[in-house]
Amino acid sequence: MTYAITVTVNGAQQHHQVDDRLLLVDFLRDTLGLTGTHIGCEHGVCGACTVLVDGLSTRACLMLAAQTDGAVVETVESLAAPDGALSLLQELFCTHHALQCGFCTPGLLMTCVDLLRTRPLATETEIRTALSGNLCRCTGYAGIVAALAAAVAARTGATP
Amino acid sequence: MTPELRPRFIGARLTRREDARLLAGLGAFTDDHQPARCLHVAFRRSDHAHARIVAIDTGAVLAAPGVAAVFRVQDLDPHPLHAASRMKEYHATELWPLARDVVRYVGEPVVAVVATSRYAAEDALDRLDIVYTPLPVASDAVAAAAPDAPLLFPDAGTNILVARGFSRGDVDGGFAAAHAVVSGSFRLHRKSPAALEPRAIVAEWDRARNALTLRATTGIPGVLRDAVCACLDLPGSRVRVIAPDVGGSFGAKGSVYPEELALALIARKLGRPVKWTADRLEDLAATSQAWDARIRAELALTADGSFLALRAEVLSDIGAGSIYPWTAALEPVQVVSFLPGPYRIAAYAARVRGVATPKAPTGPYRGVGRPAATFAMERLVDMAAARLGMDPGALRAANMVAADEFPYRTGSGLIWDRAGFRETLDAACEAGDYAGLRAQQAAARAAGRWFGVGLASYAELTGIGSRISVAPGMPINTGTETASIRIDATGAVTADFGMAAHGQGLETTLAQVVADRLGCPPEMIEIRQGDTALLASSTGTYASRSAVIAGGAGIAAADALRAKLVRAAALLLEAAETDLVVADGTVRVAGTDRGLSFRAIAQAVYAEMGRIPRAQREELQATETYDPYLGTAACATHLAAVEIDPQTYEIRVRAYHVAEDCGRIINPMIVDGQVTGGVAQGIGAALLEEVVYDAAGQLQSASFVDYLLPTAAEIPTIGISHPDLPLPENIGGFRGMGEGGAIGAPAAVANAVADALAPLGVTITELPVTPERLFRLIARATGQEIADD
Repeated sequence: MTYAITVTVNGAQQHHQVDDRLLLVDFLRDTLGLTGTHIGCEHGVCGACTVLVDGLSTRACLMLAAQTDGAVVETVESLAAPDGALSLLQELFCTHHALQCGFCTPGLLMTCVDLLRTRPLATETEIRTALSGNLCRCTGYAGIVAALAAAVAARTGATP
Repeated sequence: MTPELRPRFIGARLTRREDARLLAGLGAFTDDHQPARCLHVAFRRSDHAHARIVAIDTGAVLAAPGVAAVFRVQDLDPHPLHAASRMKEYHATELWPLARDVVRYVGEPVVAVVATSRYAAEDALDRLDIVYTPLPVASDAVAAAAPDAPLLFPDAGTNILVARGFSRGDVDGGFAAAHAVVSGSFRLHRKSPAALEPRAIVAEWDRARNALTLRATTGIPGVLRDAVCACLDLPGSRVRVIAPDVGGSFGAKGSVYPEELALALIARKLGRPVKWTADRLEDLAATSQAWDARIRAELALTADGSFLALRAEVLSDIGAGSIYPWTAALEPVQVVSFLPGPYRIAAYAARVRGVATPKAPTGPYRGVGRPAATFAMERLVDMAAARLGMDPGALRAANMVAADEFPYRTGSGLIWDRAGFRETLDAACEAGDYAGLRAQQAAARAAGRWFGVGLASYAELTGIGSRISVAPGMPINTGTETASIRIDATGAVTADFGMAAHGQGLETTLAQVVADRLGCPPEMIEIRQGDTALLASSTGTYASRSAVIAGGAGIAAADALRAKLVRAAALLLEAAETDLVVADGTVRVAGTDRGLSFRAIAQAVYAEMGRIPRAQREELQATETYDPYLGTAACATHLAAVEIDPQTYEIRVRAYHVAEDCGRIINPMIVDGQVTGGVAQGIGAALLEEVVYDAAGQLQSASFVDYLLPTAAEIPTIGISHPDLPLPENIGGFRGMGEGGAIGAPAAVANAVADALAPLGVTITELPVTPERLFRLIARATGQEIADD
């Protein structure tokens, strides 16, 4: 069975006929060609496929494309400016060496975007706990924690 | 024509050129490649640990929606591969693209179904009817090593696929004369490398050229190219292997896999692109696993704590076959090779066996042999310190090979060039505040808390040249790499390497190395790697070799190219070569403002006829191969402090410091990132990660819910120091360092946990030390009654 969906992805409205069982992550990657969102486990643990659905961080491997009818979806491809200039968060990931292989990075960035909008993240423990739903196998998390802390500091106007 | 003698870019904390594309979602990972008319492959995998394939009925599959083809092994006409070895007591096993006659582990690929989508291919798998006759299973390595065990590879005549023993010095005499002997039976359980990107392959057959392009998640594109050529009986000119952006490996993507051969064969059969991407279940079940060692070891000491003699007996569970190309000797033999660590031990005897069992094959994992060796040896050292009433740090210092004893030949035949064994121990204790941690421990113990401090020192061999192979007895040359650098007609610099990075940032660091030697900014240099079309021969990135060997080749090639630039510029500027300096992408007459940019020289060489005499015109290109011949030692001491929750038995790592000697540092940011990531994996190995098979050979840990990776909440801040030390004598002064973090951490954490529980009489000989294992150890030590497993 297929469904007609209208979904706004990274600001562009998309009309598609999708199979009822098509995963959101496969819709993004295969149908729309937005391959920045990665698939690490397909069972909701690793967080590599994290995107924002109506502003909330969401595992795109645990949601069906059909469920996004009428929704607003943001992926990693939305973060840089149209001219390619990286966002502050992306720049902080680079300067703090928050990525090595880069496979978990898109999901972590989207998790951080959500966290920066919604959570106080006053202490390192809060930051580490907030990041604990995203697995990174390369960095040991040090750079990611530092990048998010710097982004928190920038958000509050304090010196990173 | 002297290059800049003082490096400008080597040693600089440059941010990585890889980052922009990866941060923007513009990376090019294998599964991101979507060729037109691509078909998708799904594998029906064995659900038996050991069984004979009686019949495979594929009839219903072809009728399934979207299915294009179905293949059994006999439908693919493959040539099998064998991982050869010069070792005497060794039995190679055959690597086929799909199981042939017998399945030997749960997850082994048996049938490939090809369909228009992955959904359709996976649906159709259920329509396959495979009849098996179960065969007897000896899942446990001890049982599999018994003389009457059912044989996994009957042609070998034994399950012991590799065995080796050696003895140097008067071992029996050492033990007879000992004041004290400490011993342990150590168990390091099976683990998964668990890179976040599952394995993936896209094979494209070019019918016009009869040629194959294989994109794969691999760290060894050169080895894979040669293997595919052998399996498909094709010349190398018709096979190109590309390792695009690769999402971590840690050894998992460092071997040749059945699926890679299968996809190559299927693409040729169908004349269409085919893709396969593993899901996590497949990755945990059918990607090479690691460790699974039992180590019985004993250390003889004098009354003042000098190490007299060492004995070891190692039994490694290598799983279902000898992995290509590294062989079954890779892990077990290196456990005994590296067991003596950085210590002076005159007498050493060891015996090692690698036993085939019906589990996924083991292969390389970050550190190869060294994590297990370091765990056993460093536990023995701490046991010895406790026995003799000595401080563990002091006992290590007294027994480490001293500066005037290098080069030092170990009892296992490794040769250590001069490295900072003692200096890194001292630095770890000082920068990590060993004394302060001991004071914290005293206060914690006084308050009844379980707080422990652990040291672990190791030495490893990196950047191994052609004198020895990185895997014992393996006939493939892993000791050389080639770099080819050229300046094209536009003046652009391109440097090609045989490496295949999977997170190490080699595009950045190799540009730093070449920039310094060529005399231009790194931004001018395009680094290409991970593509067999670039060079005639290469193997890839593994074994902490890229900085030493590829960096060395880059230096040699850059020197040769700089010499050509200078010769051309001398003609063009009518100056003596010795008066010219190369810097900032310009060749200049020293002390003047007369100079020519690389671009101007390139135009003169390639385009402006007559400016350079025909006989003296040289292509602005240089290709050089570097062979360090021997390897170079890298070493470190790790210092960990842990606290154990007496209610939940959760172990928290409270403090961690690494002091490391990795020679000249190309990029301190990248080096520290490698150390930190390695330590995090080592902490995971010590506390969380375990691949579990039951007695029937069924995999019990086939998801990230059951196989636990450390998160940001478990990993502490890791302190890192690099004492200023003499450089090794290879061309760049580099030592390899990508694996070290994972070598020291399991031992350091184990020692800290044992130290925390010493008052209870608990010792740690088994990793991972999960809360449940801890509960049982403490219950047993304190005489509590507990239910059996």
